[in-house]
Amino acid sequence: MGQAGEATVLALTEPRAVAAETAPAVEVLSAEKVFPNGTRALAPIALTIAQGEFVTLIGPSGCGKSTLLKLMANLIEPSDGRLLWWRAGYGDVVSKGRQLGFVFQDPTLMPWARVETNVRLPLDLAGTPKAAAGARVSAALARVGLSAFARHYPRQLSGGMKMRASIARSLVIDPDLLLMDEPFGALDEFTRNRLDDDLVNLTFERKLTTVFVTHSIYEAVFLSSRVIVMASVPGRIFATLSIDEPQPRAENFRNSARFAEYCRTLSGLLAKASVA
Amino acid sequence: MPPLARSETAVSIMAPTLVGVALLLFWEIACRAGNVPVFLLPKPTDIAAKLASDWPTLLGALGMTLRVAVQAFAASIILGTLIAFLFVQSRLIEKSLFPYAVLLQVTPIVAIAPLIVIFVKNTQAALTVCATVVAIFPIISNTTLGLRSVDPGLINLFRMNRAGRLQTLLRLRIPSALPYFFGGLRISSGLALIGAVVGEFVAGTGGRSSGLAYEILQSGFQLDIPRMFAALFLITLAGVGLFVIMVALSRLALGEWHESEVGTET
Repeated sequence: MGQAGEATVLALTEPRAVAAETAPAVEVLSAEKVFPNGTRALAPIALTIAQGEFVTLIGPSGCGKSTLLKLMANLIEPSDGRLLWWRAGYGDVVSKGRQLGFVFQDPTLMPWARVETNVRLPLDLAGTPKAAAGARVSAALARVGLSAFARHYPRQLSGGMKMRASIARSLVIDPDLLLMDEPFGALDEFTRNRLDDDLVNLTFERKLTTVFVTHSIYEAVFLSSRVIVMASVPGRIFATLSIDEPQPRAENFRNSARFAEYCRTLSGLLAKASVA
Repeated sequence: MPPLARSETAVSIMAPTLVGVALLLFWEIACRAGNVPVFLLPKPTDIAAKLASDWPTLLGALGMTLRVAVQAFAASIILGTLIAFLFVQSRLIEKSLFPYAVLLQVTPIVAIAPLIVIFVKNTQAALTVCATVVAIFPIISNTTLGLRSVDPGLINLFRMNRAGRLQTLLRLRIPSALPYFFGGLRISSGLALIGAVVGEFVAGTGGRSSGLAYEILQSGFQLDIPRMFAALFLITLAGVGLFVIMVALSRLALGEWHESEVGTET
């Protein structure tokens, strides 16, 4: 890996999984996705997400980054190839009690339920006893700064607060892997930055393995330990950029020269990816 | 409640009341001034007097009509909801059966009421069937629409959390369908009353008890026009009453979260 402050570009190659004592969280083994209408959303992808990594998928519209994320969430199945979670199939994820958290593009809250009920939903569905569930909901709400809004309905919250509630819901199951599909895309930049700051601390505190989809170069650089640049038609990995900065990222990282340098490198890669 | 909202509520009650009073006054004065005969157009006071003098009969008739309407409404809710649940089980079921629901809806009740009266021996039961046929369609179509109108993101969320079919139904599909269901209820409650009245017009009333439609018919034969108006007034009152109850129910169920009930405060 390069020196701090210098972009390490490994175009079209896959960085070797860091020799870690734990199994990689996700392995995508030449998985591809062709939709029934014949659209080839993803060419065979090879990608390994190590434990504790924060990986961002970025690329032009239609490059299949959301599709790749949904594959990792097992929301869709690959047409060919396969995926492993902690070196096992999805069935074992369930039986071993591993949890995947997913944050959608929209807050996706149930409008008829109070914030606390929304956050408690995954526990309710899993049949967690009421008392234990209550404690975890309070903890999750506190972590995203929504404790005072537990009894509110989603319509009473601002866009950023709704997204926080959505994140609290994904945290309440204490996920081993957090998958986020452009969660802050609809928010204004100020709110987005604040949520990014919080997310950095959250994932660092809990050593949470995170895969994050975004359109924003700044967000990608600020959050990730590794950025995967994708190209479209068919969706494929174009390049990988490691952001060798200590985690958790300090707020003022955004104003540093190194940050600007990373952004310049990434935007150059994206420009090449969109014509590739 | 803030002062502005309170005054708005007051206006929404006061304004129509004033219009009503003004219309009644104009009616009364015009009839008196023009010396309009009672058998042509009775004065509001004539109608009110009739209402008071024939109260026991009219009240009985109102009770009979309301009973048919409410029975039909209840039957529509139960059957309509069940049919809607059946429809959302599969597209094939819906595709095969929905045209027949439409058939039921577009056939004028006046045309099939005599048949129903022949098939169903008990007159009151026959009237209930008539009114149910009229009232059931909005419940079926709205509830089906509602059960299908579930946020796809929430469906994915439930699937990711490995929710079972029953959990998804109770926690997701039914709450999502509620606003549509209540919309259906409002329409259906009015239709049940219309169905009860129309059915009685066509079928007539056998036996001792008769409804408001029968009162209107009888009054027409006897040229008792004030009584006709009095019966008409009671039908309208019943319809408004049913509607108000539905609005209140809908507010009770959706008031805290749904846009239609929350208003523009946010």
